[in-house]
Amino acid sequence: MKKISVLFSVVLLSLVFNKASAQDSQGYDIGDKASDFKLESVDGSWVSLAGLKSAKGAIVIFSCNTCPYVVAYEDRMIDLHNKYAALGYPVIAINPNDDQVSPGDSFEKMKERSQDKRFPFAYVYDRTQEVIKAYGGTRTPHVYILNKEGDDFIVKYIGAIDNNYQDASAVTENYVEEAMDAIMNGRTVATETTKAIGCTIKWSKKTE
Amino acid sequence: MQMIFNFKLHLYSFMLTSAILWLNIDQKPASKTEFAIIDFQEFEKMTMASSEKLRVYNFWATWCAPCVKEMPYFQQIQEEDQDIALIFISMDDGRKPERVTTFMERRKITSPVYLLNDVDYNKWIDKVSTDWSGAIPATLFIKADGSRFFHEGEVSYEELKAMIQKLKQ
Repeated sequence: MKKISVLFSVVLLSLVFNKASAQDSQGYDIGDKASDFKLESVDGSWVSLAGLKSAKGAIVIFSCNTCPYVVAYEDRMIDLHNKYAALGYPVIAINPNDDQVSPGDSFEKMKERSQDKRFPFAYVYDRTQEVIKAYGGTRTPHVYILNKEGDDFIVKYIGAIDNNYQDASAVTENYVEEAMDAIMNGRTVATETTKAIGCTIKWSKKTE
Repeated sequence: MQMIFNFKLHLYSFMLTSAILWLNIDQKPASKTEFAIIDFQEFEKMTMASSEKLRVYNFWATWCAPCVKEMPYFQQIQEEDQDIALIFISMDDGRKPERVTTFMERRKITSPVYLLNDVDYNKWIDKVSTDWSGAIPATLFIKADGSRFFHEGEVSYEELKAMIQKLKQ
């Protein structure tokens, strides 16, 4: 009996310990081709990569309303869009959070947040969480810079916006801006992936 | 007349300030709700120190709903099992430590708490564990022999208990 319970706990433990790393190993790596999506934005339009007129790529950011790190970065997300959209790389903010688990992340609340902050970028809802699963995002905010090569959108950078969420003026490494400069000048991105503390994705209970 | 009034005003404000100070000292919270604000170097030093117990470092924040939900399970297991040493590592904003103080008082947090205020995250997340994407809650387990195990994501009481039992074997 004891052996069975030990075996059981080992199985349970390996399941539990492997969960996080399993989630990490899914999703995109640098150089992968990002699949397209079609998601509704707060203004009622439907946003897809293929639908980006004259785009050279996109700065996809998994985002939400409720995470303090996202809130700290909202103004910087607006700045990124204002700087790079005209150069062919618009910001697309995707909220992947289940609104049953996190009511503050509902589509209605997204509309409110977008209006309050006057987001110049598309703020879309990944209601089914298919996009976040395909990308392998694990937290908010989580940035994926895509570069259009032929008809494909290739992942060039995965990670944080910069290295100081508390104080934009104290940032010493502008990861996204440095990656964008490299991409637009045909250079290799020096820092292709970064990590940052962020809020967990509020996964739907139905699928777990 | 004006001078006397001013003097009185100063006297009153002095008395009031003294009273507030005295009250503050008197109501100073017990040492349980005191915590240090540390950087990653200090955290790393702490994890490198030797310990006979299984150390459980739980990364959390006052605003993180899944973290707040699982914290009582950690505290409960600490109460049941003296062979483990539970340490809560807050990822709250170091510029507003009062949020953590209030939380600890309200939620009756009795295990040691440190506020890890080191925002250059990419420099140190992999040093805690390469399995960590950066999302919280997350928990680092360090056995007495120094070996490490890491878990990202929320745990139930049963899951946590099973993890600890396995690590103690």
